Amino acid sequence: MAFPIQYHIATLYALKMAGFWTFFKTLIDHEVTIELKNDIQIRGTLKSVDQYLNIKLDDIQVVEELKYPHLSSVKNVFIRGSVVRYVHLPAAAVDVPLLEDATRREAANQAGKGK
Amino acid sequence: MADAEEGPTGSVSEPLDLVRLLLDEVVFVKLRGDRELKGRLYAYDSHMNLVLGDVVETIYLIDEDEEDEDIKTTTKKSEMLFVRGDSVVLVSPQTSS
Repeated sequence: MAFPIQYHIATLYALKMAGFWTFFKTLIDHEVTIELKNDIQIRGTLKSVDQYLNIKLDDIQVVEELKYPHLSSVKNVFIRGSVVRYVHLPAAAVDVPLLEDATRREAANQAGKGK
Repeated sequence: MADAEEGPTGSVSEPLDLVRLLLDEVVFVKLRGDRELKGRLYAYDSHMNLVLGDVVETIYLIDEDEEDEDIKTTTKKSEMLFVRGDSVVLVSPQTSS
């Protein structure tokens, strides 16, 4: 399988620092479907993510192409994080216990800052 | 009085602490745009970005055709879903089915 060592380094990272950015980095090269706030759904390979959760997708395909034909010739996109409603994730690529752990740590961290 | 002071992972002093108690529980999420989600909460952050598992999304479409205002609902399922926090209106424990 493709994800062993890189994946674990990335998840260890996620335990230490800011949540969802590092989480998305563990999903790079996986296929995701992004649903935008204007209802368009775009499926593609996740290529990169930044701190604002802006996303770069390769080999994209619009899910309802007949309804939204204007992107049919586009191959790669940069999506501004703020226009994203959902990201449908490949469940097999998500380590749930680690994710919950990272969330608890992040919560504890935030609580510390508030004092 | 003194119990408002808490340990590193204890008790509830801020709104987000309520969400922390819902981790790994089935939650109800209300979103902007007449959408609701039910699913198991796997992750959240201070923006209310969420990751939910085994999600059922319900979309309410209100048809205002003359007299009868029909409310159509559409449901969609998703195995694993990231939800951007700026769409979230509320998160609540799921009580009934």
